[in-house]
Amino acid sequence: MDVTLTADDIAFRDEVRAFFRDEYPDDIRAKQDRGIPLEREDMVRFQQLLHEKGWAGVNWPVEYGGTGWNIVQKYIFSSEMAAANAPEVVPFGLGMVGPVIYTFGNDEQKERFLPDILASKVWWCQGYSEPGSGSDLASLKTKADRDGDHWVVNGTKTWTTLGQYADWIFCLVRTSTDVARRQEGISFLLIDMQSPGLSIKPIITIEGGHEVNEIHFDNVRVPVENLVGEEGKGWTYGKVLLEHERTGTAGVHRSAFRLKKLREQTQQSVRGGKPLAQDRNFMRNIAAVEVELKALEFTELRTLAAVSSGKAPGAESSILKFKGTEIQQAIDTLFMEAAGYYALPFVPHQFRFDYPEDEFIGAGTETKTALKYFNYRKASIYGGSNEIQRNIVAKHVLGL
Amino acid sequence: MDFSLNDIQSMLLDSVQKFIANDYDFDKRQAYSDSEQGFSSEVWSTFAELGWTAIPFDEEDGGIGGGPVDMAIVMEQFGRGMIVEPYLANIVLAGGVLRRAATDEQKAKWLEPLIGGELQAALAYVEPQSGYDIADVCTTASNDSDGWVLNGSKSVVFNGGNAALLIVPARTSGKQSDQGGISLFAVDAATDGIDVRAYKTVDGHQAADIDFNDVRVGADGLLGETGAGFAIIDAVIDDATLAVCAEAVGIMRILTEKTVEYSKNRVQFGVPIGSFQALQHRMVDMFTACEQTYSLLLWAAMSASAGGDDAKRAISAIKYQVGTAGRKVGEEAVQLHGGMGVTWELDVAHYFKRLTAITQILGNADLHLDRLASG
Repeated sequence: MDVTLTADDIAFRDEVRAFFRDEYPDDIRAKQDRGIPLEREDMVRFQQLLHEKGWAGVNWPVEYGGTGWNIVQKYIFSSEMAAANAPEVVPFGLGMVGPVIYTFGNDEQKERFLPDILASKVWWCQGYSEPGSGSDLASLKTKADRDGDHWVVNGTKTWTTLGQYADWIFCLVRTSTDVARRQEGISFLLIDMQSPGLSIKPIITIEGGHEVNEIHFDNVRVPVENLVGEEGKGWTYGKVLLEHERTGTAGVHRSAFRLKKLREQTQQSVRGGKPLAQDRNFMRNIAAVEVELKALEFTELRTLAAVSSGKAPGAESSILKFKGTEIQQAIDTLFMEAAGYYALPFVPHQFRFDYPEDEFIGAGTETKTALKYFNYRKASIYGGSNEIQRNIVAKHVLGL
Repeated sequence: MDFSLNDIQSMLLDSVQKFIANDYDFDKRQAYSDSEQGFSSEVWSTFAELGWTAIPFDEEDGGIGGGPVDMAIVMEQFGRGMIVEPYLANIVLAGGVLRRAATDEQKAKWLEPLIGGELQAALAYVEPQSGYDIADVCTTASNDSDGWVLNGSKSVVFNGGNAALLIVPARTSGKQSDQGGISLFAVDAATDGIDVRAYKTVDGHQAADIDFNDVRVGADGLLGETGAGFAIIDAVIDDATLAVCAEAVGIMRILTEKTVEYSKNRVQFGVPIGSFQALQHRMVDMFTACEQTYSLLLWAAMSASAGGDDAKRAISAIKYQVGTAGRKVGEEAVQLHGGMGVTWELDVAHYFKRLTAITQILGNADLHLDRLASG
């Protein structure tokens, strides 16, 4: 057991650090640092930069254009990316449908879809949840009926994150109801967002933003070659994907960066004539979250080490999801508490690039803290709610 | 970055696991604990034969040159086995001072028999007023023609009732809580003027309160330089903190396993209680607390091995975690065992008591969180 980095690791870290210092575009950096939401174009441009460097498919096998990095390299990359406050990679293509296609898809599908996913040329979104199927995902009702060379899709998908930007959607749809278990008869279908009969409606969330959508399918015709893997086995593929998704949602490096920023901020924010850093209770609250986060960092490393020795990210990855999101939310709360009264002003428009600084209300991103706090209540709900994650651990790890 | 065990570590793990599985069950532990001495001399000899008493010592001193990771591996298993033998007191605390401060002659006199399992020792680092501040030393040592004279009181000295050798921090200069001016003395427990009041502790271990009234110590009893004892005690306390945290991880894990197992077998309302979601989620949180605590243990043990600036923070982090998550796991294990959890008969109660004792010693959660808060 050894916690130190080798000379090769340090050289790699320096290379990654130099990349984010020199090639991470200034305009995107400025938006990130000032809390200005990124446009679709910003996200694509950033991801294409990673692709040009060969760093887009962090977890992908080398044969499909992945990095082939070991766990330490992945850890370093993620840590440096967070330390540079670079945007998070949009997960739906690179993190979700890509792995499903290279694991379960046929050669034709791999050739057709993977290069564009890797190069961020095509924007993907996820069609899992439905208005009547949240935690109980297997109850999903969107159905696909076979009609010659097509599947005809009818139903509604919801909570589709950034679906407004998407070119394609991957969906779990019911292709058979004549099954012994509800998890059977579900298929994994790739659908062009331009298909006739597909319509999208925004959902405005608690903080006033537009991230998620509802998508309606009204006799949408999907060519049969867009079904991934075996008909009726989509649940299995979707579960694999969710396990990968959970491994990614711990967000330990992002949280570490935010805690570092919070500690810096306590030197400046003043409470009762003294820096917040002298508020013993507040600093103890930060320290308690830091301990949880450090523990999670090593729990994630242990999970990744197990994965790299050939094991699939198992049910234990559920821990990463619920602990990681609990920590994110604890940090959101601390930022909001540090902002005090200035958590109140609802002025999201001032987080625009051209907003005049002398009209700014609150220091830095103070007036964004409550918005982030409200928005991130989603974290313990999405990707299988934290209660569902505990059910998974109870059943599959503890055998209850 | 590497999580794998080396050959020596795998061997150690294997030998401790085998010993506990074959030779150390709960009934034996209770019998050893209930005995006059409070542990088994035979078991202690076995520890020496198996080389476990030699782990942290340099090879030239007759040790095996093990580090914090090796110690953590062994202590975690000692936690699982609820080992009552005074390993912490002898090897980590007293041995930790001797290996750092003793001269070759002193090592030959005390460290050699300690490693050999023939000498029982204790480090008297707590005083009635000191709380968790190891610099708060009121016991005095005054110099006279042929050595030193010790006066003062020491509290809750682990293994104090059995120790033939007492290692005593005493003030040779400075004020009550000064780090400077603390010296370390090796004292024969049979020396005139030493009053030992030995007792059992709630966790089935044993300790003593010890008074020193004009106790004469020869010049050869001084360990290390005069007035320079603080740094040594400080390093030893870090070792000990890490060691008991590893023990706590072992206890937390076995308590969680036992609780899950019990919930599968205990039937109420016609079904196993483990089928209730309200209980399942609580057991998942126990399991998660174990995983998180083990992760911090790895960080702390590896940081202590690497010897960097992180080591002290990491040790405070794991002790805080044990003080909070450990206490939670212990309390939940008892709660989920229902009435059985509060009986003397069940091992769960005794694991819980040892875990609780660990949260009380070497700085509680509150103290370690304060250290972390200051950044």
